[in-house]
Amino acid sequence: MRIALFVTCVGDTLFPEAGRATVDVLERLGHEVVFPAEQTCCGQMHLNSGYRREAERLGARFRTLFEEYELVVAPSSSCVGHVRELVGMANVFELSELLVVKLGVEDVGATFPARVAYHPTCHSLRVTRVGNAPRRLLGKVRGLELVELEHADECCGFGGTFAIKNAETSSAMLADKCDALEASGADVCTAVDGSCLLQIGGGLSRRASNMRALHLAEILASR
Amino acid sequence: MSSFPEAARAELANKQLRTNLRHATETIRAKRMRVVSELPDWEELREAGKRIKQDVLANLDRYLVEFEGAVQARGGRVHWARDAAEANELVVDIARRHDARQIVKVKSLTTDEIRLNEALADAGIGAIETDLAELILQLDGDWSSHILVPAIHRNRNEIRDIFARTIAPGIESSEPADLAEASRLYLRERFLEAKVGVSGANFGIAETGTLVVVESEGNGRMCTTLPPVLVTILGIEKLLPRFADLEVFLQLLPRSSTGERMNPYTSLWTGVTPRDGPQELHVVLLDNGRTNALADEVGRDALHCIRCSACLNVCPVYSRTGGHAYGSVYPGPIGAIVTPQLQGIEQAGSLPFASSLCGACYEVCPVKIDIPRILLHLREKAVDANASRGERTVMRLAAWTFSGARRFALAERLGAAVSGNRPIHRLPPPLSAWTRTRDLKPPARETFRSWWRRR
Repeated sequence: MRIALFVTCVGDTLFPEAGRATVDVLERLGHEVVFPAEQTCCGQMHLNSGYRREAERLGARFRTLFEEYELVVAPSSSCVGHVRELVGMANVFELSELLVVKLGVEDVGATFPARVAYHPTCHSLRVTRVGNAPRRLLGKVRGLELVELEHADECCGFGGTFAIKNAETSSAMLADKCDALEASGADVCTAVDGSCLLQIGGGLSRRASNMRALHLAEILASR
Repeated sequence: MSSFPEAARAELANKQLRTNLRHATETIRAKRMRVVSELPDWEELREAGKRIKQDVLANLDRYLVEFEGAVQARGGRVHWARDAAEANELVVDIARRHDARQIVKVKSLTTDEIRLNEALADAGIGAIETDLAELILQLDGDWSSHILVPAIHRNRNEIRDIFARTIAPGIESSEPADLAEASRLYLRERFLEAKVGVSGANFGIAETGTLVVVESEGNGRMCTTLPPVLVTILGIEKLLPRFADLEVFLQLLPRSSTGERMNPYTSLWTGVTPRDGPQELHVVLLDNGRTNALADEVGRDALHCIRCSACLNVCPVYSRTGGHAYGSVYPGPIGAIVTPQLQGIEQAGSLPFASSLCGACYEVCPVKIDIPRILLHLREKAVDANASRGERTVMRLAAWTFSGARRFALAERLGAAVSGNRPIHRLPPPLSAWTRTRDLKPPARETFRSWWRRR
């Protein structure tokens, strides 16, 4: 299949490794990945911050760039949910959803010997509804041990500008998430959203924890 | 009212509050989950609840008049109150006419919303809260922090100390049964003395004029049956068209609120019944901002709320900050969309931002209020009304940067140039709000797009 990659603004700037891993995994499975060079941001931050006009302009720009493709993939459930809801696009998929639901693949041939805690992000659960696709993919990774995470489906506290505007509350949520992660005994925390990993990774780093925050795509690309 | 972030900061510092809240919300959450998952038609019930409420709001003018006629036909009197002041004046007048120095109250958010107790006190009339939790708060000069469990922020040792200082001098036990007994001894006297009872109502039935109060203790029923005069204050959105509609809501409400299959005390009364219960019934229909919300095509869905509080119990923000941070009798996610609409966005503009948009509230709402959608809608209004020039400039600049790939790539290069390649520990305001508790991953040395070009 020919698949267009929307790497997302956060992905381009802060998590290019997740974008590269997405390309690796899809090419390994025999697909052709294209990258529309004009892409920037889907407008989610503006919508969530109360700037609908700006969000709609960025959403329209996104549509022009991506509507011609049969399949678009993004390593972010949050951005995918946004373009589906605001822009009404049905051809855009989050990576795990694309692999499991659209392409019917669970074993991507990855090897990752580590104990991994999976944090199901809020938008992957309740907006994009990727269901258990990430767990199914992780279940087929060689050497990987998926550990239980207490209160897994509770928000990490990121929430876009919420993390700044309500920094104290956001930090209290993050502290509980980091406590649960540390109690899980995992070496790595993974998720399908770079933005949540920015929050969780930032919290773990401040605690000088040995646990790493890694995007799901990077685990799937490991061999 | 102080802004949510400021109020939350103070509440978050209270470790005891965090522990009490965590324990209480987790317990109710688990109970709710159990009893909801045993109903195979839960989703259909939610859909039915939503549709009935949509019908009520779409035809409110008709249902209100139908309700008024039905109450009058059964011997009740109906009053219309545009705002809190009008409603309070009506209640004060009724109490004065019956020479009541003291009234007994059923737990009611609506009366808290209009600050009825303060208005009565100003008129020299005492108001006794008879719901156990409301009584605890009243005795301590505290106020509710949860729609259903007003004293959720207090544990039983704190309650024992409050009782020892007030209604039960010398009480040592903090066993729930002993605390309940102490309150019972105090309240029974008050029920027998009272000439006037005041209640809110969970539902008013347009077809029959029936009022419904759903409660757990039986104290509400004491208030609605013992005093010779009863005043019920009803938000205009609380109507249901038909008696049969209760079938849906009496399933949705207890399972969502207390996690019970059936509500313990469900009181229904219609007008006045000779020689049985209050011989004078007043119903006050309250607007107090509700028609403003009704005029808002997106925001009006907030008026579907049946005050179950399931959204509070699952909210990661509420369960950290507690209810007081919301500065309103309606806390939590539902408060964040109701309060700004009742009080005006200028008054409560920080509330729509008091959410990470995690969506847990929408998932549990028994009448399917899309709370995240309304939050976004109100954020827009808040930006129009209150956003600083600085914030607007930053957001416009960001939108401009995102509207061209070359501009964006340039901004990325600038960001990378000033930030080095190690985790960032300190940033200037407003980003210092991030780095106070979190490190920031630095922008990558090579963005994805430059890697792609070179590949």
